Amino acid sequence: MKEMLLNKLNLNALLLATALTASACVTINIYFPAAAAEKAADRIIDDIYDAKEGAAKPAAPAPAPAEKK
Amino acid sequence: MNRIFRQLLAALLLTLFAGLAQAQANLQLNTPSIETLKKSMRERHAQLKPFLENGAVGLTREGGMALRDANAVPLPQRAAANSLVAAENADRSSLYKEIAVANGKPEWEGEIRNTFAQRWIERAQPGWYVQNAQNQWVKK
Repeated sequence: MKEMLLNKLNLNALLLATALTASACVTINIYFPAAAAEKAADRIIDDIYDAKEGAAKPAAPAPAPAEKK
Repeated sequence: MNRIFRQLLAALLLTLFAGLAQAQANLQLNTPSIETLKKSMRERHAQLKPFLENGAVGLTREGGMALRDANAVPLPQRAAANSLVAAENADRSSLYKEIAVANGKPEWEGEIRNTFAQRWIERAQPGWYVQNAQNQWVKK
């Protein structure tokens, strides 16, 4: 009898946890990552604006041959 | 029963943290369609730049461009300027949509557009015209 009561309590707690988690998930889903979006925008804008001087961009220097005595 | 309960709770918490971690990660930008759009916009920017510099074209607060002073464009070039602006706006709209879709959140398109609108204006060079909150053109 006592065990049944405990099980019922657990079930209630589980239901509550599920409800809380579900509502938290909804909150996360509507959350817009503004900082990440700004970073993404800047990266793309850099890419597009830099193209005009892009031709002048120096290529990365080739690694010097390691062979040395 | 207690064990099952604990395991379920652990699983729920794990789901919650996974969701949080995902929400804070960087946006996915590496898709073929985004690359294609970027390339086309990069090439077009060279042609649009003179119009931005002489004030014929300005940056709108909706994340696009507009021909704000057609008189600044010699008549023979006016049609070309118009189609450049139209093509740029079409690419930008596609870009905002593609970023939202690439991140599995098509509903973010509007917020991505707003973010870009602010950044385009913020990053505009001195002398370019940008639209303020009252839809007026101001020179940066």
